[in-house]
Amino acid sequence: MDTTRRGFLTTAAGAAAGAATGQAYAAQADHDHQTLPSDMTLRVKSLESLLVEKGLVDPAALDALVDTFEHKVGPRNGARVVAKAWTDPAYKRRLLADADAAIAEFGYTGQQGEHMVVLENTPTVHHMVVCTLCSCYPWPTLGLPPVWYKSAPYRSRAVIDPRGVLQEFGVTIPDDVEVRVWDSTAEIRYLVLPERPAGTEGMNEEALAALVSRDAMIGVGKVTLARANP
Amino acid sequence: MNGVHDMGGMQGFGPIQREANEPVFHAPWEGRVITMVMGIAAWGKFGVDQRRYVREQIPPAEFLRMSYYEIWYTGLIANMLDAQMVTRAEIDSGMPAAGSAKLTPALMAARVPTFFANGAPKKRNVPDAPNFRVGQRVRAKNINPTTHTRLPRYARGRTGVVARDYGVYVFPDTSASGQGEKPQHLYSVSFEARELWGAQAKPKDSVYIDMWDDYLERV
Repeated sequence: MDTTRRGFLTTAAGAAAGAATGQAYAAQADHDHQTLPSDMTLRVKSLESLLVEKGLVDPAALDALVDTFEHKVGPRNGARVVAKAWTDPAYKRRLLADADAAIAEFGYTGQQGEHMVVLENTPTVHHMVVCTLCSCYPWPTLGLPPVWYKSAPYRSRAVIDPRGVLQEFGVTIPDDVEVRVWDSTAEIRYLVLPERPAGTEGMNEEALAALVSRDAMIGVGKVTLARANP
Repeated sequence: MNGVHDMGGMQGFGPIQREANEPVFHAPWEGRVITMVMGIAAWGKFGVDQRRYVREQIPPAEFLRMSYYEIWYTGLIANMLDAQMVTRAEIDSGMPAAGSAKLTPALMAARVPTFFANGAPKKRNVPDAPNFRVGQRVRAKNINPTTHTRLPRYARGRTGVVARDYGVYVFPDTSASGQGEKPQHLYSVSFEARELWGAQAKPKDSVYIDMWDDYLERV
């Protein structure tokens, strides 16, 4: 069996040459004139058809999961948690002490968010999160990770050159502020609680949540008074 | 294993390429791949550690060339071959072997909300005495297994301090090879950036890495 499997990893993988690489995504996004289905489209269709025929997967379950990723999880969930922590000191204490329970109050539980830890950014400590070994990321609160988070440039450099990475994201951290990088090597999933920006004192939770970007909750961005994007 | 997936501290990959207004999936097939992985995972024949381990065994040059979801697609098939859920002939033909019975999927659409919301927790409520305490100086072992490990190369042999004790969790190194969960204490260990990277690092910076008891030794 192992030779069969190994053979697959070596040869069948090679047959996929020509499909998009992670780094090519951004460029490829501009090319919407593609009319022929890609090799991967055909191969994945063939696999799904096989698994459905064998009764191994329910296509309607796959549809429901795609819908979950596209519409039910995502950084708007995490932003609501952050805004609540900014406006409710008791909630913030619960969130930092037992993130699983505090996030469950919103119902943002489950796959890849089973064991949550929230890291509070302060004027003296800046946290940022990476997974150098794969792509670990808190799905219920942030959704699926962006391509850059899973890419070699970010995974390789976040731990050895965090300040250089932050500069690329437009964030300058003064030398007297500690930078703590969290490498998600286990099943703990980290969410950064960014600093609440000045000038937001009168704002309600909903207005605050609109300011909180995905990048700020990964720790590669700061929250500003501009509406969050992304 | 010392694979190319273990990227922490590598250099030469270039700038981080960000995409404005990035969609959740760049093509429908990506969404089908990740959800097939979840639908197949629901059978319980292999877990997250086995899934990561097969992806790591993709030859390095291929691994770096493939897109993220190509890696997942390739790993899914390898896991299913290992678990004898499909045969190579079925994969190549796209057709079930003649005479094979049709099963009932482990994950039906009606159960998806529960399946997603419950997740697959890796914390275990079993008694296990911690080998280390918060505040203690520890060294990451210098190990180079050819099998799966979550101890990144850049931390091996380095000294840090136990910052948090998360409790008892499944140990991926044994879990990935079907040798059991071997639950044990998981810690967040802080390493000064200069301990990891030398004088080029900023003196106040640090890297926090999640590590199990079996990765650590006394200083």
